[in-house]
Amino acid sequence: MTYQGTLAGSPELNKLTRTWRDTDPTSNLDIRLTDTCLRDGSHHKRHQFTVEETRSIIAALDDAGVPVLEVTHGDGLGGSSFNYGFSKTPDQELIKVAAETAKRAKIAFLMLPGVGIMDDIRMAQDNGGSICRIATHCTEADVSEQHFKVARELGLETVGFLMMSHTQPPEVLAKQARIMVDAGCQCVYVVDSAGALILEGVSDRVAAVVAEIGAEATVGFHGHENLDLGCGNTVMAVRAGATQIDGSVRRFGAGAGNTPLDTFVGVCDKLGWETGVDFMKIIDASEDVVRPAMPEECRLDRMTMMMGYAGVYSSFLKHAGNAAERYGVSGAEILHVAGERKLIGGQEDQLIEIALELKAKQDANS
Amino acid sequence: MSKLTAAIVGPGNIGTDLMYKLLRSDVIEPRWMIGVDPESPGLARAAKEGLESSHEGVDWLLKQDELPDLLFEATSAYVHKAYAPRYEEAGILAVDLTPAAVGPACIPAVNGDAHADAANVNMITCGGQATIPMVAAVSRAAHVSYAEIVASVASLSAGPGTRQNIDEFTQTTAKGVEHIGGAEKGKAIIILNPAEPPMIMRDTIFCAVSPDSDQDAISESVHKMVEGVRHYVPGYRLLQEPQFDGPSDATHGQLKVSIFIEVEGAGDFLPPYSGNLDIMTAAATRAGEGMARYKLAHKEK
Repeated sequence: MTYQGTLAGSPELNKLTRTWRDTDPTSNLDIRLTDTCLRDGSHHKRHQFTVEETRSIIAALDDAGVPVLEVTHGDGLGGSSFNYGFSKTPDQELIKVAAETAKRAKIAFLMLPGVGIMDDIRMAQDNGGSICRIATHCTEADVSEQHFKVARELGLETVGFLMMSHTQPPEVLAKQARIMVDAGCQCVYVVDSAGALILEGVSDRVAAVVAEIGAEATVGFHGHENLDLGCGNTVMAVRAGATQIDGSVRRFGAGAGNTPLDTFVGVCDKLGWETGVDFMKIIDASEDVVRPAMPEECRLDRMTMMMGYAGVYSSFLKHAGNAAERYGVSGAEILHVAGERKLIGGQEDQLIEIALELKAKQDANS
Repeated sequence: MSKLTAAIVGPGNIGTDLMYKLLRSDVIEPRWMIGVDPESPGLARAAKEGLESSHEGVDWLLKQDELPDLLFEATSAYVHKAYAPRYEEAGILAVDLTPAAVGPACIPAVNGDAHADAANVNMITCGGQATIPMVAAVSRAAHVSYAEIVASVASLSAGPGTRQNIDEFTQTTAKGVEHIGGAEKGKAIIILNPAEPPMIMRDTIFCAVSPDSDQDAISESVHKMVEGVRHYVPGYRLLQEPQFDGPSDATHGQLKVSIFIEVEGAGDFLPPYSGNLDIMTAAATRAGEGMARYKLAHKEK
């Protein structure tokens, strides 16, 4: 179903300078959406997805017309560990199930150099994954060069993630995007891992990356809800030239969750942007299929708001909660210190150490 | 006691830091610094310290009338693999600071001088030098079915070699966790953090041991090993007492041991935050000294 009424906002603003059709002329899409329930949602689910849940979510979102579905451990291939949490079902098995289930959608997978290795990429391709998304902290793009090279040699479509984009100004991100594109990356995402970017903070960064890489690659945006701006930030990104957009149906993701993909489809309908996704079907999928697989709704509370406020990597949420409970200290305080220490994605181990320090302080004062 | 002569190949940050450590050695006399770039500040610095510097590479060194007894490779795995056979042919003992792994691996606090008689020893990786001693310490007190290490280093201290070959780093380190650390299965994770001011190297070591393991014995073994590493890296510190988490689904039914350490460098040449590089050069110095002592002892006989 496509919204047929008056367009929201002014038509001028909704005229897009770049669309997904520039990249794929056979497509009719203005922007290409990726759902990441089964990857970013893995954090919220503490990496406990089952084969059945994966199958039902993939089937529903594929039927609704979401063109790309990401499936991996929250921390990417090889993420199953003490540090990030062990997977209930190996993610390679879930990728295989997803690829067998999807009729139209492509299956994407994530990997972080330093956590996963190139053999993991090869295995994910063998299991039916066709889009390889490689994530680095937004100042460390050069650690991904060997992985992009291999992914392209394997014939995979490639995406690069510049994580924690709020920590760097637009010109730094543009230079890092250049490194990824030169290494073989076909789409660079500005990734707001901490949900800390605010409106123009997004569009300025996307615009700088667009200006740097021009038509050589596409630009994407991945938002989080920690300051309640997922959809708004994503609209800003599209207006600035992003043509690939991440979200999770029902926000199912780390921190306060991702940009709600179901809601965003509705927003796009209203703005007259073609996503190829059926709004009626995706809101049904959200309620009937995705919600039952969620341990609880993703929501704003003092922990998740603190993540956006202090600029903390969203997947620290559950780990900070565990450490707070284990040592009887404040989870919000752990996150605050994590922000002060400028921890980046992957340093979950440090949250335990912070909790121990807070406990020592607490014991000394009592 | 007489000394063995040594050449350092690779006048970069590591090679330069290593030179300052070797200049203090009782059994090694660093005499040559070898590079390939005439403009290299490392070559100039070595010349100032009285070493013979050449930008004409190892080929120049191997043509000299007097050859070094010992050679420290601080270039890349690629270079070391290519030249290692020629060093051996020339009778030069090699300490390899690249991940080439031509010779047996050496973690001084764990296998000490076990390979002092080898012609070539490998120093694994900086993350391996920092964490494998802790895995080995736990292994001495309990059966380790799985060990996982997380190394966080300052971005500034990770050179292009590490960055272009990060898979090599994690895989080489994981292998060392198994072979020298004694874990049945090993995993390594590395994080490069760009925070300013740069963060001091931090490492976390997680081990899965059988639920009935003796926790006090594990803690005691960890403390003892920390002291062992501190002999050559004084800035190696245990940040917290080892933590024990009882068996649960999250630990696959095993007792989980967590160890948190910090490695501050000695600041010989490299800034103190880059403990990851300091532990490499300190361990390489230790390994080289072991080889030198062995050779000197056998000469005297």
